[in-house]
Amino acid sequence: MKRKSTLLKKLNIVLMGGLMASALALTPASAKTLKLAYDADPISLDIHEQLSGGMLQLSHMTHDPLVRWTQELGFEARLATKWERVDANTVRFNLREGVKFHSGNTMTAADFKWTFDRLKTSKDFKGIFANFKDLKVVDDNTIELITDGPYPLVMHTATYIFPMDSKFFSGKTSDGKDKAEIVKDGASFASVNSSGTGPFTVSSREQGVKVVFDRFADYWDKDSKGNVSQVVMTPIKDNQTRVAALLSGDVDFIAPVAPNEFGQIEANDKVQLVTMPGTRIITFQLNQERKAEFKDAKVREAMVYAVNNVGIAQKIMKGFATPAAQMSPAGYLGHDPALTPRFDLDKAKQLMKESGFPDGFSMTMMAPNNRYVNDEKIAQAVAAMLSKINIKVDLKTMPKAQYWPEYDARAADAMMIGWHSDTEDSANFYEFLAMTPNKETGMGAYNSGNYSNKMVDETTVAANKETDDAKRAMMLMSIEKKIHDDAAYIPLHWQNLAWASRKGVNIKEIVNAMNFPYIGDLKID
Amino acid sequence: MLQFLFKRLLQAIVVMLIISLLCFSIKDNLGDPLREMTGQSVPESERVLMREEMGLNDPFLIQYGRFIKNAVQGDLGNSYFHKAPAMTVILKKLPATLELTFAATLIIVFLSIPLGVFSAIKPKHWFSKLVMAVSIIGISIPVFLTALALIYIFAVKLGWMPSFGRGEIVHIIGYWKTNFLTVDGIMHIIMPAIALSSIMLPLFIRLVRAEMLEVLSSEYVKFARAKGLSATKVYFKHALKNTMLPVITVGGVQIGIMVAYTILTESVFQWPGMGFMFLEAVNRSDIPLIVAYIMFVGFLFVVVNTLVDLLYGVINPTVNLLGKSK
Repeated sequence: MKRKSTLLKKLNIVLMGGLMASALALTPASAKTLKLAYDADPISLDIHEQLSGGMLQLSHMTHDPLVRWTQELGFEARLATKWERVDANTVRFNLREGVKFHSGNTMTAADFKWTFDRLKTSKDFKGIFANFKDLKVVDDNTIELITDGPYPLVMHTATYIFPMDSKFFSGKTSDGKDKAEIVKDGASFASVNSSGTGPFTVSSREQGVKVVFDRFADYWDKDSKGNVSQVVMTPIKDNQTRVAALLSGDVDFIAPVAPNEFGQIEANDKVQLVTMPGTRIITFQLNQERKAEFKDAKVREAMVYAVNNVGIAQKIMKGFATPAAQMSPAGYLGHDPALTPRFDLDKAKQLMKESGFPDGFSMTMMAPNNRYVNDEKIAQAVAAMLSKINIKVDLKTMPKAQYWPEYDARAADAMMIGWHSDTEDSANFYEFLAMTPNKETGMGAYNSGNYSNKMVDETTVAANKETDDAKRAMMLMSIEKKIHDDAAYIPLHWQNLAWASRKGVNIKEIVNAMNFPYIGDLKID
Repeated sequence: MLQFLFKRLLQAIVVMLIISLLCFSIKDNLGDPLREMTGQSVPESERVLMREEMGLNDPFLIQYGRFIKNAVQGDLGNSYFHKAPAMTVILKKLPATLELTFAATLIIVFLSIPLGVFSAIKPKHWFSKLVMAVSIIGISIPVFLTALALIYIFAVKLGWMPSFGRGEIVHIIGYWKTNFLTVDGIMHIIMPAIALSSIMLPLFIRLVRAEMLEVLSSEYVKFARAKGLSATKVYFKHALKNTMLPVITVGGVQIGIMVAYTILTESVFQWPGMGFMFLEAVNRSDIPLIVAYIMFVGFLFVVVNTLVDLLYGVINPTVNLLGKSK
């Protein structure tokens, strides 16, 4: 930008068009800058500070994991070149050699050990690593992940191990603070300094305004097709402004894209829209402890039959959602293709008649209005649908900042909750949403319905010890079927994902259902 | 004069104390900041622990006392999201907002006075009628709609204007980076400034017109005309000066209010100023930043009002700042 202004003075060019052309002519053909606009920028540079989509997006830019997810939900070698299970509790990884950190240090097994120990102290990540006992250094280029029993999700968890530069983060800062400490409510050394092995280094960052990434010259992956030399990431909060910025050519790549904006993008032949089924399930939970009526399985079933979730996906979500009858999306082990949406108003009315409450009842319902795509409209539609079977809903919606305290207090009879499985595995849904709430084990933490079933509890725990995929799939599917048949909750849909870019920016190859685009591999024509 | 300023300073302190007390009493209803700081799957027990560590479980008076004690030393707490002192964050964002408000004020001053005066002098002229009609429409369209329409027409359809942000800015001093020294920067500020001025502009045109009409019908203007002074001299030397007195009073207060309107304009244009920062802070339950912002805006209002009073004294020497008889 500086160059532009001096050019302007020298050549006295007034027309912006002429200016842009001359600026382009001066940059070498291979150097490509990607102007990227997400709805928010990363809250910190410390990748262990928060477990959130935004932080994982950053992790895949500045760091590399042991293995990463492919678009088909398989595993792809990154810093690990090879892995094998050596015994029931141990998986051994061979590490890539000669990988450099941004600081210039060479990556070794010791960095993995250091990172693993730090993850175990992170409030957000330690839950994922709860089943892991140790990361053992075999030699400089070999590590072993040791679990406290047979654990089926070792590889899933390995996608979360992005080694940090242990030498860089060892020692004290000038004001005597530990460089490795994780601080969530303030600044720390790691929140403003980064040294990973990833394709990009952070060259400048102004919170909430702009982050500039430059390609790491010594990046190990020379086979990558990626040719982006610089990424300028600007947060643009407003959905319409973000789309306008893309359409006017001010940015090259935007995410997320709201369903209301699809038309504008599809109508423009300079830009492209890429959508993909997502894995976040949106549901309503029916609180059996607050509301005696919900203890009656017939009532719950009637409510599921009364809600036309296919209609919601088509009309309110404009096709930008996959109607669901279960928690696990297709591709997950627990997904049972036989379970399909159940909307049938006559059947719902029939079930209400058979239940203990043939005349219906009144209930309260709460939903956020800025957390999930169209959350408020969905809640209003569900309330209207339930009125058809004589259930009068008193609906209250509020911003997410106010919603979560209400959710924690279980303040309404039915509450909306969306859930994405951090492990990309079915069991995570059951652990948080379907198992009997238990303060000590932490299970059922988001089961505001207080649904409780012994078989679900026991099978979920057992499935987390079963390393045979086929057997495990049977177990998970049996849980899915059980909570479906018990109408434990009202399933709505899986939210789809959408990205848009200028044509020539080949985002289709680098986006995935986890919503962390691999920008290091992005190729711009 | 000094006495006047001292009185105003005291007033500012009282205003900020009251604001801080109000903010503190509602802060628990602004949402749970821990929810924004931790991932969804973090167990409640961890959050309880953090809340305890951060002192959020302390009784109201202890928390407030701690806040006041630090505030006296100039520390309004740390923003959770920006990980920096709230006051630093606000001061960093302030120049962007002030520049936007300044640009909008320029538009208002240079349009409202000529248009208002013209439509007062020639009320039956077709152009005056057009101005009045357009201003009615202008005042009834919400700012964000004007902003989106501008973006759609000039950035997306015509491609003349940039759609968001501040563009190329030049560092002046401290936190102040300006838009006004580069072509790119000026291009970026035009649309947000128009959108921001769109609400106030009609009001000012009407105000100038109404005041001017009143002055024009007063005895001394009629006398001046009867005496044979030229119309231009009467209108611009004698009448306009008296017209401006109430306009400045209202203007000062309105410019203060405009700072509040920047919340909408800034969020549509992703303008990195205080207004957008505040909206984000509310979304994230960044309570220290919310409290600091509201106190700061309260302070800003007192400052603006003081400046208006001083200016008023300059224009109209008969005004007695202290309200005492001499």
